[in-house]
Parts: sequence; C-alpha cells; structure tokens
Amino acid sequence: MDLKLRRKLLNYFALAMSMLAVVFGLFWLFWILLNVFHLGVTALGPDLFTKMTPPPGSSGGLLNAIAGSLIQVGLATLIGTPFGVLAGVYLAEYGGHTWLGRTTLFINDILLSAPSIVIGLFVYAVYVAQVGHFSAIAGVYALALLVIPVVIRTTENMLVLVPDSLREAVFALGTPKWKVVTKVTLRASLAGIVTGILLAVARIAGETAPLLFTALSNQFWTLDLNKPMATLPVTIFKFAMSPFADWQRMAWAGVFLITLGVLGLNILARVLFRPKHRN
Amino acid sequence: MANIQKKNSSLGDFVFLNVTRLFAMLTLLILLGILASLVYGALPSIHKFGMAFLWSSEWNPPMEDFGAKVHIYGTVATSLIALIIAVPVSFGIALFLTELSPLWLRRPLGIAIELLAGIPSIVYGMWGLLVFAPVFGQYIQPFLTATLGRIPLIGALFQGAPIGIGILSAGVILSVMIIPFIASVMRDVFEVTPAILKESAYAVGATTWEVVWNVVLPYTKVGVIGGVMLGLGRALGETMAVTFVIGNSDQLDSASLYSAGNSIASALANEFTEAVSPMHTSALVELGLILFLITFTVLVFSKLLLMQLARGEGQRT
Repeated sequence: MDLKLRRKLLNYFALAMSMLAVVFGLFWLFWILLNVFHLGVTALGPDLFTKMTPPPGSSGGLLNAIAGSLIQVGLATLIGTPFGVLAGVYLAEYGGHTWLGRTTLFINDILLSAPSIVIGLFVYAVYVAQVGHFSAIAGVYALALLVIPVVIRTTENMLVLVPDSLREAVFALGTPKWKVVTKVTLRASLAGIVTGILLAVARIAGETAPLLFTALSNQFWTLDLNKPMATLPVTIFKFAMSPFADWQRMAWAGVFLITLGVLGLNILARVLFRPKHRN
Repeated sequence: MANIQKKNSSLGDFVFLNVTRLFAMLTLLILLGILASLVYGALPSIHKFGMAFLWSSEWNPPMEDFGAKVHIYGTVATSLIALIIAVPVSFGIALFLTELSPLWLRRPLGIAIELLAGIPSIVYGMWGLLVFAPVFGQYIQPFLTATLGRIPLIGALFQGAPIGIGILSAGVILSVMIIPFIASVMRDVFEVTPAILKESAYAVGATTWEVVWNVVLPYTKVGVIGGVMLGLGRALGETMAVTFVIGNSDQLDSASLYSAGNSIASALANEFTEAVSPMHTSALVELGLILFLITFTVLVFSKLLLMQLARGEGQRT
C-alpha cells in the first residue's frame, strides 16, 4: 500500500474512532437519563410529597427526606458562600502573588477534588465525636466544606477577568479599595459568581458520602438541627439497597427528583453565564 | 473633614483586607485540620499494626485484626480500569470537540459531556446496581470471557461467574464518571495550542490525525497528563457509585476482576457508623488517611503539571 493511501486511511480511522468516542459518551448519558426518567416518573405520586419515609415493608413518601435535603443544602450554601467569596476576594484582589495567596489557591484546587467521604470523616472527628451524637448541623458543616472551594475558585476566576482599567478608573475618583471591590469589581463579576454558587449547590445536593457519618438519617419528620435528619441521597442509599420493591420504587423517585434538580441547576448555571469570547 | 474621611477609608481597607485574608488562611487550615484529625484518629491503629497495615489482607472486626491490602487493591484496581477506558475515550472526545466538530455543535456537545459529571454519584450507584450490572453480567462478561479470557496472562482476569457486580463493573462505572473531567481538561489544553503551529503542519500536507498526534499532543502532553491525573484523583475517592457495585467483600481469593472486592471509600461508607470497637473505628480512619494521602499526591502532581503548561504558554506569547 502506498504511503499516501496509508496516511489517508489512518486519518479516517482515527477520526472515526473519535466520533465513536463521542457516541460512547452520549450513549451513557442517554442510557442513564432514560432509565432514571422512566423508572422515576412511574414511581411518582402525591404520597411522595405528603408522607414520611415508611418503616420496612410498608409504603409512604419522601417528605422528610426532601425537606431535610432542602434545609441542609440551603444552610450549607448560606455558610459556604460568604466564606468562599471573601477568600476569593483576597486571592484575586490582594494576595494573588504573595506566598499565602499562591499556596491557598493551590491547596484550594486540591480541596476541590478531595474525596468527599474524607470531609465526612473530618467533620465526624471534630464535631460529631465531640458532641457525642449525629446531627443535621454536622451535615451542614460537611456540605459547607464542599461549597467553599467551588465558590473560592469561581470568585477568584471571575474577579481576575475584570479589566484593571475599570479598577483604575474608580481608584482615580479617590475611592478606597474596599469600596472598589464591593461596589465595582464584585458587581461586575456577579453573574459568574452566581454561576459558581449554583454549581456548588448542584454538587452538594447529590452528595451522600459526607452525610453518612454526620447527619445520618431519620425516619421521622424533624426540624431540629441537633438531631439526625434525613436527606434524599442517604434515603436513596438506604432504600436502593433494601429488598423491598416498594422502597426501591421510592428510591427511583428520589433519584429522579435529584437528577432533575441537579441537571436543572447545571443547565441554568450555563445559560446564566455564557463565556463571552465564544459568542 | 478630609482627614476624617481618609482615616475612615483606611480603616475600612484595613478591616476588609484582614477579613478576606483571614478566610483565605482558614482555607489552608481546613486542609491541615483534615490531615491532623485523620492522623490523630488513626493513631491507635498505627501503633498496633505499624506498617504491616498496608499489606496485611486480614480484615476481621471481631478479632480486631485489620489490614488495608484488600481495600487498597480494590481502590487502585477500579481506578486503573477506569483510566484504561476513560483516557482513550476522553482523547477522542477532545479531538472531536477541538478539530472536527462544526462550531455550532461544540457548545451543546461540550455541555452534554459535562452533564455526565453533573449526575450525582448516588444515581450512578443505584443505576449501576439495578440496571447496568444485570446487563453487564448477562451479555458483556460472557463475551469478555470468550474473547479476552482466552489470551494468556491477562486471561485469568476475565474468568469466573459473570454476576454483574464486582471490581470490573465498578471500574466501568467509574470510567463513565471521570470521562467528562479528563475530556474537558484535554479540550482546554488542546485549545491553547497556537494556531500557527497547527496551520504550519496543515500547510505541509499533514492530515488532521497527524496534526493532533504529532503537533498538538506533544505540545500539550504535560497538560494531558495533568488531566489524566485529575481523573485518577476523582476515581480514587469516589464513594457511592463504587459502594453499590463493587460487592463489598473483604476477601480477595482470585485474580479475576469479576470477583467482588472492596475499596477504601466503600468500606468507610458501609462500616464506619456500625463500627463498635474503638480499634475498628481507628482502622477505618487510617484507611481514610491512606486514601487522603494517595489522592492528595495524585492531585498535587496533576496541578503541578497543569501549572507547568500554563507557565510555558505565558512565556511563548
């Protein structure tokens, strides 16, 4: 075979494989989503949103788990967001080139991908083991620790994109730096930061591992942050592993709700913030 | 008057700087806190078992005799299987997104692949156990035994009862979960290749494949390895998806990838709240410490490689 033909064939082969890789990726996405939607929708019903999680073998709903998830994810976001934004401001506006700034940015990227189950162990050791019981607030702390690195990363990224000429223009008016940051640069990058927060919420909404040793689970309705509290992911874990068909059906409904919420947030975040240079 | 205003603003600046700096420092403290609390919790186990913990395959809670070999093997084996599948696929996806895809398709396709990363791991887990594992055991595993299972040496890996769950299934599910991470890093680093380099290669008659293989890949190899490491770091620490499909067996009797195993993360998820004796808890915390140190090393390595690529880019432009 002559060289030209061989190169051409190799090229076609490689490009075909590349398309196959894309098909492979999309295949999983559609397979999973189709199953989740099919099995989830058939398991949906009004009981799901009005009844508590049942004892073994009987039927019920997911109301306490849904409420628990909303409460814990909400509180964790409330704690993690200001923490992350402030640290991100320091990294972008003050200390980006100092020893502290560079180390923090580096470590933050490690925390971003650190195993979430280890975060659960950490909160167990420093909080649950000290107070002596599992509690919803411990779960909130664990989730907040997962929110922080995401928010730091996006805040820093977005602030660095704000052009310096904007800062200089405001400084030229005699504005102190804290006002420049809070009134101008943070506002200029608001859309990006909100995107980051949405992605952080999407991430923790589906987290199970860090809640296993912190918030644990609870079969009953509770709003007491000092008691164990049910969450959707942990309830799904418990129900999916159970032998009862009814529980498994409810687990599918839970999986459907979580997937819908998380993918919705992901898509919303991307619509809200489109990279400008690609438009 | 002007003086007071100036004082106010410098006070505001002082407070603002220090508050933001405090939170940046707290981020560092979180990492140190995690490390310190894990080491402290693992101390009884470290004292009792010493280094032998790493290669002992005993895991016997009633006798309080613990070793991490089965868990380390399960963690590493599932992650390696995931990489073997995910790296070529991610490369193909990145190649398609940067070189082949029409412009209008790039963004939706990129988002679709990234959505794979957005699906929570509990969903992968439940779906993997109830939908994927039966299909895998009925069709794919017999096929693998009949093909790869006949090859000498690696054939032993594909023997045994095709029950669907086990180390191989966990690896396959993990690969799907890390494809989006590796693919998006590869796509991003491929995009930093200067157009002039690619155009020169095209101008002397190189095919698309030759441009990617001989120009883009050598130029970005540091970043590509960084992306692979990032995927590895994710795979090592993944908990729920693995817990559902790995089979959770503390014994390791055969070399077959079809057999059930256990990973560090899934042992923690299953046993930690049920551990009664302090030594069992301590051994589990030591497992967590080992997991944290492994992922930390891998992620540091990944980050350093990606930074090296970014620096090189800065110098060239």
